[in-house]
Amino acid sequence: MTVSKGEEFSAGVKATLPLIVGAIPFGIIFGTLAETSGLSAWGAMAMSVIVYAGSSQFIALGLLAAGAAIPVIILTTFVVNLRHLLYAANLVPKVGHLPLRWRMMMAFGLTDETFAAVSNRFLRQASIDTAHWFYLGSFVAMYGNWILCTFVGIVLGEMFPDMTDWGLDFAMSVTFIGMVVPYLTNRPMWGAVIVAGAMAVATAFMPHKLGLIVAAVCGITTGMSLHLLQQRRQTQQQEVE
Amino acid sequence: MQEVYLILGMFLVTFSVRFLLFAVAGRVHFPLWLSQALGFVPPAVLTAIIVPAVLMPEGDIWLSWQNPWLLAALFAFIVALIRKDLMTTIVAGMLAFMLLRFVLGL
Repeated sequence: MTVSKGEEFSAGVKATLPLIVGAIPFGIIFGTLAETSGLSAWGAMAMSVIVYAGSSQFIALGLLAAGAAIPVIILTTFVVNLRHLLYAANLVPKVGHLPLRWRMMMAFGLTDETFAAVSNRFLRQASIDTAHWFYLGSFVAMYGNWILCTFVGIVLGEMFPDMTDWGLDFAMSVTFIGMVVPYLTNRPMWGAVIVAGAMAVATAFMPHKLGLIVAAVCGITTGMSLHLLQQRRQTQQQEVE
Repeated sequence: MQEVYLILGMFLVTFSVRFLLFAVAGRVHFPLWLSQALGFVPPAVLTAIIVPAVLMPEGDIWLSWQNPWLLAALFAFIVALIRKDLMTTIVAGMLAFMLLRFVLGL
């Protein structure tokens, strides 16, 4: 069975549509909060077009509003995006045969949503001949929507400059809560999150929001230690049995 | 000018993280411990942002039933634990916050 490039492309768009719905409020809130956080309308637009990384862009706004230094924001972006290494590691066997320009496009478009859509496609069809067209469809749909929503948000922010008093800053916290909870399926995850949260409060006095990185590293170390302990206990039990 | 540096810097770190493994596709192997540790990154970073934002919304620690940020966050957390659905959590948390802040005037 051969599938044409066009069919793969539109299948990629379709598979990404439900995820786009979830990204719409994100993009709009990002655009709306930009000016009050200290990022110009052009800066917000350029960030969506050039950086294209939802959660990092949000965090950048929060850090700008809190008066963080630019190197700290860039370092935080790096830490937040480390999860993309995992996605890339997962996709490497499917992209190794493609020319460099294709791999560059795919890397630029590697978001949580596109990774979800593409890995689901590979779950159903293992063939890699035309899979990059599926990826392109997913990327174009996600990217176009992100830029459009940023623009809508900026316009809304200009029309209602007092929107920040409406409690939209809480929208970011609540969105992150909804993103963290699905991870909490085992003790190491709970440990990581509890330590990261407590350490973030304990290190809040540190300048330029450096405490964020300290807290995240403490959380990751705790989670990893608990994970290794759990593994050791399991192998010991197996030896006893 | 500051914004240009910010956006270029963010682009460079974002793109290099995403491109690194695609660039050397097939030539390196990822140690297991590293991929396991990376799995803790998103929840740890996000929580380190959420907790101070709701526990110290105006700069100082505000551990009280009068703190609408904290109350609405706890409510959203419980909703998320039960429903595990992002949109439901966002809507429920925002409604709780609006109610506490603008209707009850906390």
